[in-house]
Amino acid sequence: MNGQSDIAEHPAAYDVVVVGGGNAALCAAIAARRAGASVIVLEAASKFYRGGNTRHTRNMRCAHDAATATLSGPYSEDEFWDDLVRVTDGQTNEQLARMMIRESKDMLDWIFDQGVRFQPSLGGTLSLGRTNSFFLGGGRAMLNALYLTAERLGVDVLYEAEVVALDIDGDRFHAATVQRKEGRMRIRGKALVAASGGFESNIEKLVEGWGEIARNFLIRGTPNNRGTVLDMLLGADVDSVGDPTQCHAVAIDARAPKYDGGIITRLDCVVFGIVVNRNAERFYDEGEDVWPKRYAIWGRLVATQPDQIAYIIFDAKSANLFMPSLYPAIEAASIGELAAKFDLDPEKLTETVAQFNAAVHEGSFDPDTLDDCHTENLTPPKTHWARRIDTGPYYAYPVRPGITFTYLGVRVDHEARMMMKAGGPAANMYAAGEIMAGNVLGRGYAAGIGMTIGSVFGRIAGRGAARHAAQ
Amino acid sequence: MQRSEALNEADRLMTICNSCRYCEGLCAVFPAMEMRRAFTSGDLNYFANLCHACGACYVDCQFSPPHEFDVRVPSVLARVRHESYADYAWPRALAPLFRRNGLAVSLIAVLSIAAFILGFVAFNDPRALFASRPGPGSFYALMPHNAMALLFGAAFLWAVVAFIKGARAFWNDIGETRSALAAPRPLLRAVRDAASLRYLDGGGVGCYNEDERTKDNRRFYHHLTFWGFMLCFASTSIATLYHYLLHREAPYPLWDLPVVLGTLGGLGIVIGPLGLYAAKRKREPMMMDHDSRGMDIAFLAMLVLTGATGLTLLVLRETSAMGVLLALHLGAVFALFVTLPYGKFVHGLYRFLALVRYARERHTAAPEARSEREARST
Repeated sequence: MNGQSDIAEHPAAYDVVVVGGGNAALCAAIAARRAGASVIVLEAASKFYRGGNTRHTRNMRCAHDAATATLSGPYSEDEFWDDLVRVTDGQTNEQLARMMIRESKDMLDWIFDQGVRFQPSLGGTLSLGRTNSFFLGGGRAMLNALYLTAERLGVDVLYEAEVVALDIDGDRFHAATVQRKEGRMRIRGKALVAASGGFESNIEKLVEGWGEIARNFLIRGTPNNRGTVLDMLLGADVDSVGDPTQCHAVAIDARAPKYDGGIITRLDCVVFGIVVNRNAERFYDEGEDVWPKRYAIWGRLVATQPDQIAYIIFDAKSANLFMPSLYPAIEAASIGELAAKFDLDPEKLTETVAQFNAAVHEGSFDPDTLDDCHTENLTPPKTHWARRIDTGPYYAYPVRPGITFTYLGVRVDHEARMMMKAGGPAANMYAAGEIMAGNVLGRGYAAGIGMTIGSVFGRIAGRGAARHAAQ
Repeated sequence: MQRSEALNEADRLMTICNSCRYCEGLCAVFPAMEMRRAFTSGDLNYFANLCHACGACYVDCQFSPPHEFDVRVPSVLARVRHESYADYAWPRALAPLFRRNGLAVSLIAVLSIAAFILGFVAFNDPRALFASRPGPGSFYALMPHNAMALLFGAAFLWAVVAFIKGARAFWNDIGETRSALAAPRPLLRAVRDAASLRYLDGGGVGCYNEDERTKDNRRFYHHLTFWGFMLCFASTSIATLYHYLLHREAPYPLWDLPVVLGTLGGLGIVIGPLGLYAAKRKREPMMMDHDSRGMDIAFLAMLVLTGATGLTLLVLRETSAMGVLLALHLGAVFALFVTLPYGKFVHGLYRFLALVRYARERHTAAPEARSEREARST
């Protein structure tokens, strides 16, 4: 490294250096500190933006044996495993995933003990109230609680401290160099926990995997996840896992900000209408499946369409059937007028809607089950919830792929230790959260699993790092 | 009707919040919001008066400043609240009192105290003002009881009429019917929620003041203030009954009910508001509406003045300072009474009514959006 002379040396050498400041990082820091280690957390963001994508999360999926104050019913390890297999199509490391699911049973209590509060189960509506625990006040509230606990325990936290270099010799970490306002500083540690997220905010890196189309993607979370630490690790011969194009991507409102629009830009109305591309043509079965599966596929579907944009078209009958949106739906008295508002070909869109309407076979419409409203002799079909789009005013939302997080990461073992390309685990390097999510999630997504990965592997990594430092 | 800037901003924020809903477990405002898809001015005034300003939604919000969405629910709802007080004021001609409320209340207080001092001097031998005379009836040597009762009764009655008129204006504005107030269960629920400050607890963790740490001291000081006020009110009511039913004249012995209640209440309305003021000085500015600061502080100051003059009068009632102190205390109480409907005090009235409405609609309205839980994956 050049210019070493202008790098200040941090006076303390820590037992554990945690890179990142989200759920995984804080769980690691707290677990390590509780195990007796001295810990420093290096967060690239300012205090307000601390916590990466955790700020935008809402819930966590953990196995549990019985209903609780915050969960409406039991969710067994096997059921969790089945759900994971279904969403990933089996592209997961079974041993690691089952271990994570087993560990998740104890996680809710542990997280609660760190000061995080959950929302009472609202019951009633679909599914997630049984499987997922919702943070009272959301992800930022959860982070606030974790940071307060970490500070109370004596974990040191540096904000606006981006890690720009890692001093790794073979399979051993020695120090991290951070860039701060006042200059660079080198911080030594006996063990490293990398919990610095993925690379979804780094458009150039997305382009490497996806090609030029990635320039039209929107990034739902933090602008800080540029994958620099991941690159350093892979460059130091840590083994990688996952596919650079695999990520959690959903269709979000095309009017959303480029970064950090969070949860509120998502739209859940695909099933109530049809989705057309720039050429005013349908391209996929909008009624394929119920939530949450359909949620996680439309981002990728839209990514493959021209200009990476699509339009959800529906009519007045469906206008109030889904969550209110951040941006109002575009409204018009006729399909042709609606098309004109988006520069789509009015005749073509009118024809597409007419063809769809003619193919609709209406049964008894029920948005909560796989109902019998479907199309006949139409390609692609709409297999459920198909109703004619014939009652004005007509509405549309423009949507683009919204990338939540990426799956290409570092390979780890069941102790959250990074695996080296040469084989075998690293001496003192651990990983947790999005940077290693690809070990569990080869593809697809189900709500709340990101937080499970972060908490479970964070705690394992923190304990392991503390144990290593004490040797 | 043309919406105010504050209402437009509240509409923008509630639209954002309704597409997020992460805060639904924190208080009553967000569940009330979720029952609607679009918001009338009446809805926004209802949310604003339902908000207890606990700050949890600001501290927990991923879109609060410096985020470009600039979500500041506590401060915007405080501004809407403040504007709504003027909208409901009776008579309308006095609505402007809410604008520079600190100044208005101070002037009224100074004028009433001056009027009492001058009145005592004009109606009595000026030397009588500085005479010390222990024993029952000593207050009434300076001002006949009937005159006192008439004057304060009239001020109190004025306030009551203004409250009723204001309450009706609010009730109409939020679109409730008169009969909705008659149902006992929501009323009882609202009494419980208001008396316990249930929604000043951030959904169970406590209320926030200067940062992301919960400090529940505002709740504690508010309880002191509220219950202190109620004890003073009880003391005055009992003393009035003593006078007219039992023909026992003030001042009463130290162990007697009006004095005991009045002393405890007086301590409450001195310590409580001072604690609230101290908390306000340290409060995160982004959570507050700075336009209503004067109004808030004026009310706190009036309570402290009323309590402090009352307690001092109790201590020095047998000395020659009694006359001046009595004038001070009566002036403060009079000013407090006449300004009650035109200041911060009304927050309690509208918030209580908002709680009644919330208690009612919680049980009658189904949540507006279906499957909202499933739509909240991360």
